[in-house]
Amino acid sequence: MVANLGYGALVIALFVSLFGIGAAAYGVRKNQSAWVDSARNAMLLTWPLVTLAALSIIYLLVNNHYEVEYVANVTSNSMPLYLKVTALWGGQAGSLIFWSWLMSAFASAVTLRKWDRDREFLPWVTIVSLVTLAFFLSLSIFIENPFVRLWQTSAGQITSAMFPPARAVPYLPPDGNGLNPLLRHPGMIIHPPLLYLGFVSFVIPYAFAMAALITGRTDDRWIRLTRRWSLVAWLFLSLGLIIGGRWAYDVLGWGGYWGWDPVEIAAFMPWLTGTAFLHSVMIQEKRGMLKHWNMILVILTYDLVIFGTFLTRSGVLSSVHAFAQSAIGPVFFGFIGLTFITSLSLVLKRWNELKSEAQMTSLLSREALFLLNNLLFMGILVVCFWGVIFPLISELFTGQKVTVGPPFYERANGPLFAGLLLLMGIAPLAAWRHSTAKTLGRAIWKPFLASLVVVAAVLLRGVRQPAAVLGFWLSAFVAFVTLYEFWRGSLARYRKSGESFPVALWRLAGRNRRRYGGYIIHLGVVLMAIGIIGIEVFQTETQGTIPQGGQLALGDYSISFDSLATFDTADGRNVARAVVGVYHNGSYVGELHPRRDYYYESQQPMTIPGVRSTWEDDFYVLLVDWQPISSQGATFKVYRNPLVNWLWLGGIVFILGTLVAAWPDRDPEAMRLPVKRTVPYAATDA
Amino acid sequence: MENTVETQAGLAGRAKFIVGGLLIIAAIVYLIASSTRASAQYFLTIEELAAKNEKVLGRDVRVSGAVIGDSIQYDPQTLTLSFTVAHVPGDNKEIEAQGGLGAVLHAAAIDPNRPRMQVVYVGPKPDLLKNEAQAIMTGKLGEDGVFYAEELLLKCPTKYEEAVPGQVEG
Repeated sequence: MVANLGYGALVIALFVSLFGIGAAAYGVRKNQSAWVDSARNAMLLTWPLVTLAALSIIYLLVNNHYEVEYVANVTSNSMPLYLKVTALWGGQAGSLIFWSWLMSAFASAVTLRKWDRDREFLPWVTIVSLVTLAFFLSLSIFIENPFVRLWQTSAGQITSAMFPPARAVPYLPPDGNGLNPLLRHPGMIIHPPLLYLGFVSFVIPYAFAMAALITGRTDDRWIRLTRRWSLVAWLFLSLGLIIGGRWAYDVLGWGGYWGWDPVEIAAFMPWLTGTAFLHSVMIQEKRGMLKHWNMILVILTYDLVIFGTFLTRSGVLSSVHAFAQSAIGPVFFGFIGLTFITSLSLVLKRWNELKSEAQMTSLLSREALFLLNNLLFMGILVVCFWGVIFPLISELFTGQKVTVGPPFYERANGPLFAGLLLLMGIAPLAAWRHSTAKTLGRAIWKPFLASLVVVAAVLLRGVRQPAAVLGFWLSAFVAFVTLYEFWRGSLARYRKSGESFPVALWRLAGRNRRRYGGYIIHLGVVLMAIGIIGIEVFQTETQGTIPQGGQLALGDYSISFDSLATFDTADGRNVARAVVGVYHNGSYVGELHPRRDYYYESQQPMTIPGVRSTWEDDFYVLLVDWQPISSQGATFKVYRNPLVNWLWLGGIVFILGTLVAAWPDRDPEAMRLPVKRTVPYAATDA
Repeated sequence: MENTVETQAGLAGRAKFIVGGLLIIAAIVYLIASSTRASAQYFLTIEELAAKNEKVLGRDVRVSGAVIGDSIQYDPQTLTLSFTVAHVPGDNKEIEAQGGLGAVLHAAAIDPNRPRMQVVYVGPKPDLLKNEAQAIMTGKLGEDGVFYAEELLLKCPTKYEEAVPGQVEG
């Protein structure tokens, strides 16, 4: 009943979307705004309809309607309520509905804005949004239907179908499969929706870009209109990636946070083009350049978003995250190809109108450095894309599947990341238009000298690995340049206005949120880089079996195995929990409880580490094995992950910076006025 | 006059950018090519590995197979894990034609005539290692015919034949 209701709502939503597409196209052709308004209402209507479908699934999940195949696959009697609700995105069919739901919500939000100044965009934004929505709705209706039910035929066989097969009776399994234990983690509950939020919100800037191309209004209006959308999309994507890393670090049990897994890369690729886009639109706004490039970036981002959704939802690549193989692959590729080719031909059609208004002259000017930044981001994108599709390519040409693993990505991307960090240190000090080595040198020498002091300190502490020394130097350099910018800006303000220094700092950042928000993001990146260098270069590990009361040492640390208990829990787990004392330089610093949970239902164990976390390092203990009668003791694997906490701190700073940059201004029109002073401080007081 | 000077400066300026851009693109291409060469691994089935025996001896390769539950042995003292995997086809289409990954793994694990291979891995025992799981291993084939895995990735299809996330060990 509820399943039919949900399915019906999906079908109606598809028809409404198709109607909206047709009405908008007709309205714009005949120049009749009544039809466009009707399309707008259709777009508004999709949201309640898809909401109804999503609520139907949630209702089925919460009330254990195991006759629905999806419910039987992803929930079970013993799961708590919040997990049953979040099981909406625990499997393939449900997550596609979730995608459509977000898409319809954003599309509706867009239609509700004031359109007076941009009326000509409306029909096209409607069409692009609704085409995307209709594509995902069709996937749900025709291929990955979450409302398919289980039936028992007269021959006794269990089949699944939306409508009752002949002479079949509904089949109700007594219990469901349950969500995979690895997914039963708070990180996993918010990680997919955040990524999806990021994915879906990038559709909106794309829709506006296409509207600009089609209508020929190719100035930077579309960029100004979607600036906040892009930033918010980017915010969610970044949050999703960071929280995914944290989840992996907590749960997957090997002390890693990022494994260059194809699905991680699938989410990383739109982030890369999105980041490049956020940087290069500034050049278009300030100097009227790179217009073709921005169009291409937003198209790439959109299709990478669809590609990312496809990669996570198909069995095309072997991955930690991969869902089952399904028939949706070719359909996805068809859609990506179609939108990509259509969008690119629109760019070609408007090629001449997108010509630059100015020319780049100086290699060290801010715009040239931004262009270089874009090149490096594209380089990382190509590396990632190459790595993901390499097995497919090699199989096509040599008949032999050849894969590349994390060493490939680290080796190829390492220098590119270093180059980006270096740019992050130089670009903020470079002036627009003309900048020479001399002016740049004058602006840069102070933070540069300060960063050398850090290098000396690092060397004195005995660090000799070239990658680490280089990484720490770059991090220090960027940090000093960024802080120097804050200091100089607020000092100038303080002197001029007579405000107290903290007030000057606050107002400085408040007046130019995008710029100083960006700098805060750069500081976040630096902190993350420090954490990454720490864990990648300095991680140490050991393992061993120790009897009760015995000790195991790792560097300055040692652990003692105090006791171990096994017990059953109410939610169907058998838990083996060890009590381990931790000693640092011989003195007791606390105890940890590494454990192993065994889920009876799915017959799967799950290893949960005990972690002692400080700013210096994380001490990470895994319970590997134990003897039931603990005379023989237990086996532990122990990691020391230096500085890794800076990675998470950096993540928080990063997100805060994005919030600052995206924060709405008091006067929305003020933002749209061109900034008068285009020369940065570097040039004015040098 | 002024105009031509500006055009010349423009041309020189553009050449500067084109050369710089090409240099960077060349550097990126070099990075990709050399890294691919340094870290490419053959992804083979157990049959292919057996056929290529000589050629891949001592080289890093990736192999996929179905885990035989009864063969799993673990020595917690040395963290040495040993198990046997049975051949499964590597082609996605072939797997689909035989009824999906779950069915293929099941058929492989119960068929005593399938080519099999012993695997040794040192490290914590992965949570997902169990009968009829799909093991994707990276490592080297030893002269003794045993596969020494350095990395072990597992996927477990559930009874409804939907593959769920596995776990990386490395």
